[in-house]
Amino acid sequence: MDQRAPALKWQETSMQEMTGAEMVVQALRDNGVEHVFGYPGGAVLPIYDELFQQDDIQHILVRHEQGAGHAAEGYARSTGKVGVMLVTSGPGATNAVTALQDALMDSIPLVCISGQVPTALIGSDAFQECDTVGITRPCTKHNWLVRDISELPAALHQAFHIAQTGRPGPVVVDIPKDVQFAKGSYVSPQTAPRTSYHPRVEGDQEKIKQAIELMSTAERPVIYSGGGVVNAGPEASHLLRELVELTGFPITSTLMGLGAYPASGESWLGMLGMHGTYEANMAMHDCDVMLCIGARFDDRITGRLDAFSPNSRKIHIDIDPSSINKNVHVDIPIIGDAGRVMEDLVRLWRAGAKTEKKTLKPWWEQIEKWRGRNSLAYKPNNKVIMPQYAIQRLYELTKERDVYITTEVGQHQMWAAQHFGFEAPNRWMTSGGLGTMGYGLPAALGVQIAHPDALVIDIAGDASVLMTMQEMSAAVQHNAPIKIFILNNQYMGMVRQWQQLLHGNRLSHSYTEALPDFVKLAEAYGGHGIRCEKPDELDDAINEMIEVDKPVIFDCRVANLANCFPMIPSGKAHNEMLLPDEATDEAVANAIDSKGRSLV
Amino acid sequence: MNAQLKPTGSAYFITSETERSETRTLAVLVDNEPGVLARVIGLFSGRGYNIDSLTVSETEHERHLSRITIVTRGTPHVLEQIKHQLERIVPVHRVVDLTVTAHERGHDRPLERELALVKVSGNGDDRVEALRLADAFRAQVIDANTEHFIFEITGRISKVEQFIAIMQPLGLVEVCRTGVAAVNRGPEGM
Repeated sequence: MDQRAPALKWQETSMQEMTGAEMVVQALRDNGVEHVFGYPGGAVLPIYDELFQQDDIQHILVRHEQGAGHAAEGYARSTGKVGVMLVTSGPGATNAVTALQDALMDSIPLVCISGQVPTALIGSDAFQECDTVGITRPCTKHNWLVRDISELPAALHQAFHIAQTGRPGPVVVDIPKDVQFAKGSYVSPQTAPRTSYHPRVEGDQEKIKQAIELMSTAERPVIYSGGGVVNAGPEASHLLRELVELTGFPITSTLMGLGAYPASGESWLGMLGMHGTYEANMAMHDCDVMLCIGARFDDRITGRLDAFSPNSRKIHIDIDPSSINKNVHVDIPIIGDAGRVMEDLVRLWRAGAKTEKKTLKPWWEQIEKWRGRNSLAYKPNNKVIMPQYAIQRLYELTKERDVYITTEVGQHQMWAAQHFGFEAPNRWMTSGGLGTMGYGLPAALGVQIAHPDALVIDIAGDASVLMTMQEMSAAVQHNAPIKIFILNNQYMGMVRQWQQLLHGNRLSHSYTEALPDFVKLAEAYGGHGIRCEKPDELDDAINEMIEVDKPVIFDCRVANLANCFPMIPSGKAHNEMLLPDEATDEAVANAIDSKGRSLV
Repeated sequence: MNAQLKPTGSAYFITSETERSETRTLAVLVDNEPGVLARVIGLFSGRGYNIDSLTVSETEHERHLSRITIVTRGTPHVLEQIKHQLERIVPVHRVVDLTVTAHERGHDRPLERELALVKVSGNGDDRVEALRLADAFRAQVIDANTEHFIFEITGRISKVEQFIAIMQPLGLVEVCRTGVAAVNRGPEGM
């Protein structure tokens, strides 16, 4: 490809007269956008008319705007590029809100272009009018209502800049219909960002030196990494692996950070947190030095805060200053890009600091004891499919392939995180912060559009998947052969698990009666349906799913009452985990005390 | 390693905050664009922070910069969060904790002034007393007839509060306050 081509294109288009709708399409081109997920409507018709008359940008029609948002998130998360969605005014914008908040909490770069009623009608309760910037203000990193054509090019370019720099996030540009028709001068993306926005990416060298000094004296260190490492790009994951290799430190990761360090790596402890492994959580509790990279001490991670890692000194690397000392007090805060700071750490560590392998030996011996506890164990069963077994088989039968995994939210999500081995970043798309049921199916669509030849699997639950099932229709339309692997236990499993823990096993509305026949449903959409009920038939069924070259719904009937362990019950500390072999009915019923009951 | 790196207990959750609340005055320099005040106020309400007083006006017309002065209360941990959360807002240029700056420069607090318009109506002794007290507080009469006075008073919050309290039994009918404007002493800018 000719490297000069884009630059020439910019010059060609700079200061060109065009309509607002033309500007939108040109700005998408100039910002490197190839795919847009959207749904048309009255207030965005001029933009859709422009999309119709060009071939550079492919539009993916979804079936609901929430689906467009999650598809754009999956697209962004699996490529490192900005995901783009296009929605109409009123209900189009309000339907996008869940996806915007999801992207905000998981730091996913997203640009949402929404239509608005003409400026003259704003405030008159016009048809399909809503205060889009008002509604989306708290669920975006930034947003604009562009009232004048002269402001449109800058707003569009800034939207892309803000969405993908610093801590990434969603941005909304709301464009009234008359502005889409108005003519103005288009300007190319400006390199100079606005003066009030300048995220810090380089870490403070003095702090980094202190961190190295502290790390080199550690006897019981642990690295706790998060989604920030994935967001910092593939090089950051590479540096993380190098840092682990150099220091010999054990490493655990949040749900969002899986894959940055390979699950097959020697120093890997597994995921930490509420449903993390025993060894990861015990190492966090007993460590003397904690190195947190691109994670935010979320409540799913820390458990009871006043008992969180009580004897450690903590180093926290984060690009967002507001993440520092928000939940947990840290000793050495380093504000900067995870990749840049790790580059400094690796360089300084190489230059001098050394841990004697024998210094860490007792710590590793302790970790081996915890590992021996085998906290992810479950009782095998040759009559019914155990959900953990289903994930393990799915992993074994797909690991040699170019595979991407998305999930919905609930027990299946945790089992996927525990039992599927992620070897590389950007391969795991899940709703971590907001916990959005219905995320996985449209996210898989977005991933498949970005990687047409890859194997994209949505590990789903029977309840979650119905929330955005309509996107099956979009997958069929766009020849996106996504595989929807449903762990069907006929319950909202995680809701039921909490009712068992907290509410005397009164299963209020967590049993889904009248589930659809998922095989027929797949066929009705024009996809392929598979049902599997026996463990010994599972491998063949999974292989069939992989081979079919169209969207598949796989109804995997699993043990209905299996629960997700290990678990740190609400209000408990890392060293008070409920392990699978201890989780008797009585232990489950009494796991959470009165103080923990009000927590989520 | 220096002394500050001793092991720390982490605690802001189940155990109630043990740190004491403090009052701080923040100066926030923002681009004067639509919605910027809503972003600031929304941040405070959304995250459950306190606003005791809020004042806003464009201060640099050519650069379209507004200065928002916020008086807020919270524990040191919450106050640190407020500052960082404000700095995350895209059109926010700078957030300066004027109270902290004042302490650094050896002062007790920044210079803070508030203006209030106070309407008092009545006659007889109360009216004479109101006028006498207004004089003592250096409040100016900006409107009057035989039935009422409107006083303009400028000063620290405590002085304004005290004046209003004193006027209460003397026929106070209406008060309007501007909120606090604040700068720090000395030749340096913020």
